[in-house]
Amino acid sequence: MTASVSIKRGVSLYCFQEEYFHKRKSLEDLLATCARLDVRGIEIIGDQMIRGYPNIPDDFVKQWHGWMDKYGLTPVCLDMFLDWNKYKGRIMTQDERVESIRRDIVNASKLGCGVIRVIHDIEPEILERLAGDAERHKVTLALEVHAPSDLDSPLEQRLIALYERLKCPYLGFTVDLGIYCKRLPRVVTARYLRDGMAPHIAEFLADRYDHGQLSAVDKKGADNEKMVENILKMGGREQDIYLAFMGTHMCNSNPRRLLDFMPHIKHVHAKFYEMLSDASEYSIDYNEIMPVLVEGGYAGYLCSEYEGNRWIDDAIEVDATEQVRLQQVQLKKLLGQAA
Amino acid sequence: MYDQFMIVGEAFKNVVEDGRVVGFQIGVRLPYYRGIVLSLIGDTDLFVDGERMPRETMTVTVDGKTYPLSQLENEPDAKWEFGDVGILTVRMPGGLAAGDHTLQLKMHLKISYVPVGFSGSDTKTLTLAA
Repeated sequence: MTASVSIKRGVSLYCFQEEYFHKRKSLEDLLATCARLDVRGIEIIGDQMIRGYPNIPDDFVKQWHGWMDKYGLTPVCLDMFLDWNKYKGRIMTQDERVESIRRDIVNASKLGCGVIRVIHDIEPEILERLAGDAERHKVTLALEVHAPSDLDSPLEQRLIALYERLKCPYLGFTVDLGIYCKRLPRVVTARYLRDGMAPHIAEFLADRYDHGQLSAVDKKGADNEKMVENILKMGGREQDIYLAFMGTHMCNSNPRRLLDFMPHIKHVHAKFYEMLSDASEYSIDYNEIMPVLVEGGYAGYLCSEYEGNRWIDDAIEVDATEQVRLQQVQLKKLLGQAA
Repeated sequence: MYDQFMIVGEAFKNVVEDGRVVGFQIGVRLPYYRGIVLSLIGDTDLFVDGERMPRETMTVTVDGKTYPLSQLENEPDAKWEFGDVGILTVRMPGGLAAGDHTLQLKMHLKISYVPVGFSGSDTKTLTLAA
């Protein structure tokens, strides 16, 4: 697998959010953890671990680069959000949205991040208006393809048309590998039961998901309502509907479809819900996905993104460090890198 | 997410002003994975021993500044940082009696990129010191 050397490993600090939330570890502590785990590429959510974001003080920028030097790390990606409903009684104008992302671009540039993970509810027209800024700052805007959408969903297809028309190398996608989720994570169903969902409803949701019969999988909007209807018919509570929406939105798309759009794939979130002790993921088959990325000549970062945390934190203390360590063991193995 | 960490018991106490008990307060964390501006905080309900506290009697103190709960939609810039403990104060002459109280806090956050936003609920029985 000689081509694999061009794929780089990284980690989103999102993985370690519990430790930060509980103030058990500071941002610097987490960066030290990444270095200890031998993951050198760093992705950060501005709103999560940079106080005052989007206003980043110069002191922080200096300290950030100091940490990168101290721990031998490389800034890779800044994750942005656009709270377009934050003003009372109105939604943001397109100009305001463009301005907000323009600020993220400047911030990414200051932090040394060559990629921005763009949240998925951004219209193509907005990215088109920002292409020049992206190019000027050498910051790639990579809209996140995230379940329940995949590369064949309407917005993604409109974006592909835009990318092919503009041929701007600074626009593209972040692909979240949660779109290749073969079965419902068992950490989700276990949580359902602890939260009081009737076992037959939890089993129904897992079974429907695993057989490709939930809306997220076949992308038929009407199935969302059918799911609600079914849950209610089975005696489910209102809370069960919320839980179902939050827990079953992954999809089971075909990873080989990536090969058709490879030039547009700028960043990848190596999503995982539960790493098993043999360094494999319970519901996402990395043995199938990684060869596709290698075959397609993907040359960007693959950043660990742990999302099982939110499903187990009621029962046990989340050990993200061990989970990330296990995933990185698997990624190294699949990339043909020494353990 | 983070539901069971929303109510922070250590901050539970009656509030005394000029020698009089004017209400009580609890510590609160948001059930979400990033910091947000206050205007994204939607319906917030606190029940004490099953009784819903009127929203207009509540204020939230974040980063040293206090805002009426009913006015949060006017705050598109002030930020409640991820993991920070804010103080929810309920104006209630006389406050709560010493002893055990069951508190339930429900919050809805208007996060625009998901159709249902984010919701959280936490119930804790806390002891108010005499």
